Amino acid sequence: MSSQANAPAITPDQTPVLNRMFRFQWEKAQDSYVLLYPEGMVKLNGPAGEVLALVDGQRTVADIIQTLQAKFPDAEGIDRDILDFLGDAREQLWITL
Amino acid sequence: MSNSGSPCNGQPSQAPSLSSVPTHGQPLWLLAELTYKCPLQCPYCANPVDFASKTGELTTAEWIDVFTQARELGAAQLGFSGGEPLVRQDLIELIREARNLGYYSNLITSGVGLNERKIADFREAGLDHIQVSFQAADPEVNNLLAGSEKAFKQKLAMAREVKAQGYPMVLNFVTHRHNIDQIDRIIELCVELKADYVELATCQYYGWAYENRNDLLPTRTQLERAERITNEYRDRLAAAGNPIKIIFVTPDYYEERPKGCMNGWGQVFLTVTPDGTALPCHSARMLPIEFPNVREQSIEQIWNRSNGFNHFRGYEWMKEPCASCDEKEKDFGGCRCQAFMMTGDANNTDPVCSKSPHHDLIIQAREEAELPSHKEPVYRNERNSKVFCKG
Repeated sequence: MSSQANAPAITPDQTPVLNRMFRFQWEKAQDSYVLLYPEGMVKLNGPAGEVLALVDGQRTVADIIQTLQAKFPDAEGIDRDILDFLGDAREQLWITL
Repeated sequence: MSNSGSPCNGQPSQAPSLSSVPTHGQPLWLLAELTYKCPLQCPYCANPVDFASKTGELTTAEWIDVFTQARELGAAQLGFSGGEPLVRQDLIELIREARNLGYYSNLITSGVGLNERKIADFREAGLDHIQVSFQAADPEVNNLLAGSEKAFKQKLAMAREVKAQGYPMVLNFVTHRHNIDQIDRIIELCVELKADYVELATCQYYGWAYENRNDLLPTRTQLERAERITNEYRDRLAAAGNPIKIIFVTPDYYEERPKGCMNGWGQVFLTVTPDGTALPCHSARMLPIEFPNVREQSIEQIWNRSNGFNHFRGYEWMKEPCASCDEKEKDFGGCRCQAFMMTGDANNTDPVCSKSPHHDLIIQAREEAELPSHKEPVYRNERNSKVFCKG
């Protein structure tokens, strides 16, 4: 993946939206969340799936962080991880903010 | 018809047991070839040359049953293909069922027979993606190859409509010696149409394309020029912040190692033909192997236990130089259809591989591509197909 050095930082007030190219769903046969796109599929790891499950075009980045902090109270630095992942997801064109 | 050869590995023959079946993945990709009917006559069509002899299309209910069973086994992508899938009057019903089952559905169409209303109705029914295939950016070449004068204008209008109605836009250009020199115009057209993905796919030489290879295979010079121009566009577009993704597929005839065809036999792909024959790839019907039919066996039986799908799984079937090759897990010996078409034995190494004793056949095809004289293509239509049926 190329560097994100030039991309603007993601801020808590932004609202991520799934790019219309992708469909997000739980896939029983994969036992994971996936992103489906024309003729392809990305199998998401646990944390990535948890974040994208909350990307609905309504929740802000702050809302997503808050929800996941409440769900995983023992996970340290979860806010940083979420921001990093959203940055990656933006770079992959999975989401726009 | 009997199988092309039994693996002779010096072991006493055994009744197949579950433990001897090589491991394989899930059929993630279901390609539903709904019909062999098509208004176009592309000389590089991947359909079998004797398609006119295959009759008895699956009914709506039979297709829905196939979709349901494959979904249970893990299929996530569903491609509606053909022939021209728009010919099927029940297409919208099939789309709706696919959506209900949770598939990501792809309509792979020439765009001929499509209109604004259908595009909207399909969207409403849950279709995720429409891929419009083009023959060239130049209307004349496009029309010549598709065998239809109106085709290009119609495709262009439909591509615009697909994008306007909110579908992701994937454009597919099949390139060959007659249009590859226009690659810059092809890319510019894709940019103008605001395509999300562009596949610049050089013709694969199966079915009708194999019959017409002499008229389709570009020269190495043509290919290298096209790849260089594509790379330049890619860099320029990325620098300008254009998110368009351009995929350039080289014909394997200019490679020294074969492609890992279909990600391995019976590993990911399941094709069901109009008459219900199940295949590990859409070209496999040409092989002297008996393939199962969804009218006679369940998809689970077909995928996990049929001889057709187990035939080239694993490495036991391989001959030299594949059997002892350290790259066999990467390319699985290449394409079985290509090995069969070119060498007469589907167990042979794909002749694309420079280690193959038949590699000279590929070199010969490259040399033929350098020659100016080329025969007229055989267009894919019912009349020409009947000639192949008679053999």
